[in-house]
Amino acid sequence: MNMHVSGLANPATLERDAILYNHETKSLLRFIACGSVDHGKSSLLGRLLFEAKLVLDDQIETLRKDSGQLTGAVEDLDFSLLFDGLSAEREQKITIDLAYRFFATEKRKFIVADAPGHEQYTRNMATGASTADLALILVNAQSGLTQQTRRHALIAATLGVRHLVVAVNKMDLVDFSQSAFAAIETDFRKFADRLGDVSITFIPVSARKGDNVVNRSPNMLWYRGPTLLDKLETVDVTPRAANEAFRMAVQWVSRPTADFRGYCGMIAGGEVRPGMEIIVQPSGQRTRIDSIVTADGVLDRAGVGRSVTLTLTDNVDVSRGDLLADAAAPSQVSDRISARIFWMGQGTLSPGGRYHIKLGTASAAANIAGPMHLIDLGQDATITPVDRLMNNEFGLCTLELDRPLAADRYDQNRETGSFILIDAETHDTVAMGLVEDAVIPAVAVTPATDTVRTSIVGKVFVRVARLLGANESHTRSIAKAMSWRATGSLDTFVIGFVITGNAAIAGSIAGTEILTKVALYYCHERVWALVPWGRR
Amino acid sequence: MNDISLTSGTTHSYLDQLEAESIHIMRETVAECEKTVMLYSIGKDSSVLLHLAMKAFYPGKPPFPLLHVDTTWKFREMIEFRDRRAKELGIDLMVHTNQDGVARGVGPITHGSELHTDVMKTQALRQALDLHGFDAAIGGARRDEDKSRAKERIFSFRNSHHRWDPKRQRPEPWRLFNAHKRKGESIRVFPLSNWTELDVWLYIHRENIPVVPLYFAKPRPVVNRGGVLIMVDDDRLPLEVNEVPQVRNVRFRTLGCYPLTGAVESEAATTEDIIRETLDSRHSERRDRVIDKDGSASMERKKQEGYF
Ligand SMILES: Nc1nc2c(ncn2[C@@H]2O[C@H](COP(=O)(O)OP(=O)(O)O)[C@@H](O)[C@H]2O)c(=O)[nH]1
Repeated sequence: MNMHVSGLANPATLERDAILYNHETKSLLRFIACGSVDHGKSSLLGRLLFEAKLVLDDQIETLRKDSGQLTGAVEDLDFSLLFDGLSAEREQKITIDLAYRFFATEKRKFIVADAPGHEQYTRNMATGASTADLALILVNAQSGLTQQTRRHALIAATLGVRHLVVAVNKMDLVDFSQSAFAAIETDFRKFADRLGDVSITFIPVSARKGDNVVNRSPNMLWYRGPTLLDKLETVDVTPRAANEAFRMAVQWVSRPTADFRGYCGMIAGGEVRPGMEIIVQPSGQRTRIDSIVTADGVLDRAGVGRSVTLTLTDNVDVSRGDLLADAAAPSQVSDRISARIFWMGQGTLSPGGRYHIKLGTASAAANIAGPMHLIDLGQDATITPVDRLMNNEFGLCTLELDRPLAADRYDQNRETGSFILIDAETHDTVAMGLVEDAVIPAVAVTPATDTVRTSIVGKVFVRVARLLGANESHTRSIAKAMSWRATGSLDTFVIGFVITGNAAIAGSIAGTEILTKVALYYCHERVWALVPWGRR
Repeated sequence: MNDISLTSGTTHSYLDQLEAESIHIMRETVAECEKTVMLYSIGKDSSVLLHLAMKAFYPGKPPFPLLHVDTTWKFREMIEFRDRRAKELGIDLMVHTNQDGVARGVGPITHGSELHTDVMKTQALRQALDLHGFDAAIGGARRDEDKSRAKERIFSFRNSHHRWDPKRQRPEPWRLFNAHKRKGESIRVFPLSNWTELDVWLYIHRENIPVVPLYFAKPRPVVNRGGVLIMVDDDRLPLEVNEVPQVRNVRFRTLGCYPLTGAVESEAATTEDIIRETLDSRHSERRDRVIDKDGSASMERKKQEGYF
């Protein structure tokens, strides 16, 4: 489905370059469309394509047949049928699976993830949001915000979608009333601070009649913002972090001849240049980029989203699953990861569960460790301790891996901070994971330098995880013994003083106790550290 | 090719992004599967797929063979093109034909499009995959081709009977593909999932990718059968009494078995012309395929039965 090219400057030179200039320089916007069932999502998307003149004649013919509207004006057709997929779904008259749609205007190519509204299909919504730059959220002007609306907005924001567009639909049914629109906007803004750093745009539309979809509505002159298509065509899509550090997960080692050894992958962060110092993670070997090889020639730099082949100056050991990272700003490496988990499996997720994890191109065995918390998306993301997560729930937990992996926090890098869990028996993809922190392993003493948490959820969780973490270094055990003793001895002194009424006696009891009990506590702690019993 | 995209890491047009993602998908496939094959149907999508494979593994060759399922009813120019390209690129090309179907004399004219497609294409493909034990087959299908494809995953699983179960699809968040197979399962991988017909032509144009000349308009002998222009490619097409092939300036938007593929009248003789024609077109490309007319939900059914 394509739009006509117009405004080509000079028809005489319309050959190769003009055509390419017009299309090749287009940017790409991935967005997800979501909303409660019957709020008009299919109608709106269909309308968008129709108004943008992207619906082809034979599709209109099929539409007429499918809807039984063999006569009548084209404008009155039910465009929601354009987006009606599998025949099973047609029988049930609902969109049950995530579908991808494509359209292009003169400015942009759009990839639309069309997500079903029902709560039981939230996994499709989460999947669609994982790669989206923008989420289009449908709200019915008559019924207002629903729990699903909040849920969808929270999921989109959690998955790193930067722009929300709230389309208040069916404005024709509320007489295009400004106050009805304003009430919904106010309602939405009440919980918007939970969404963190996202831009939110509200647009009053009528999918049925086409108001503010592509053309300005003559019925809502009070609205001064962009139409839906304007918004989609102009929203900023430059890669989020031009200042991200270089990252590339090695997918494949290319060895076509004895003297060529290249590492293939897609750049997941930052930019790479020949001569740059990099670190191979998790092994920690350092080396430099020798060249950036592509079939189009050797590049002098390459950025996020490019698939390249890198050669290195030293003969270091690199294989699939390794992460190549900027030596000055490496990823965290750990065999313990704290993460937000979206559980999509049939059963429940609980501590003790064992899964395969795929993080970037690396695989490992993962053991779910406690503590586990539920993030209640119906309750504005409140966090409560739980012993299991049910299907379609978001939660927090720690994963123990059978080997260390390199990872970044999800809010720093969507690619190196995300993973999936795979069920070892059914081989299904059962969970999406967003790295909160790669918990520092037992051997490392240096703390993570950057501990700035952007989300409230993140802050709370990392603190909880730190408090309850099971790995303890010796230094840490000693430090804990001391702090505990200081507290304990103060207590002993106070009790001694209250009972004896004599500060000197109380002081000497507390003083001796410090020395003996620090040693005892340390021994006790280390003995416990050797006992696996009762650990999760 | 375009200088801007070569030296700059940040200005990245959408075609560059589509290319990079397709390459990523192919590399994941070979890395995660044991025995990969690329299905090569000789059409424009296959040409793009092959070009991407050459780029993905450059300076090496793609680490998998090409497989063409030959129904014996392809246009002659397709077969010539296939053999020439395989030789030029120096890659391993396998051709499989359902010999059982040949022995039974199955063809589109005698047995109808549905049976012919089932025996010579669907079953033939299964035979070839089983024969060589391929666990992953890369194909050129795009999601914009029809409604059921729009919901298909990039890594799409088939059970041991090569059937697709639309209800058992795995979620594919981010770019994390799960290639773990259950017993007997195999995977169809679709690196062009997010490309449209226009994207394919723009890319062919940008990269100078050779395609079968049948895509370009030229005077060709055709007969008009119920509004569909069928090219008389060889003497196996029985002509009705009084039916005389007419020479018309035609081209093909999609290529398949010649008696099942409709030509369109066109003046588009270059890739630029085709891009302009595609931009102006008021019809989707599948309209010209006879097999899709078997029923509205037929493509979904065919796929469940193992059609690619
Ligand atoms: N009056 C009115 N009806 C609408 C509008 N948008 C959608 N509808 C109707 O609402 C119903 C549900 O729409 P649909 O697009 O199928 O909703 P979905 O379930 O969100 O995809 C259909 O009967 C539509 O005709 C609108 O803007 N105004």
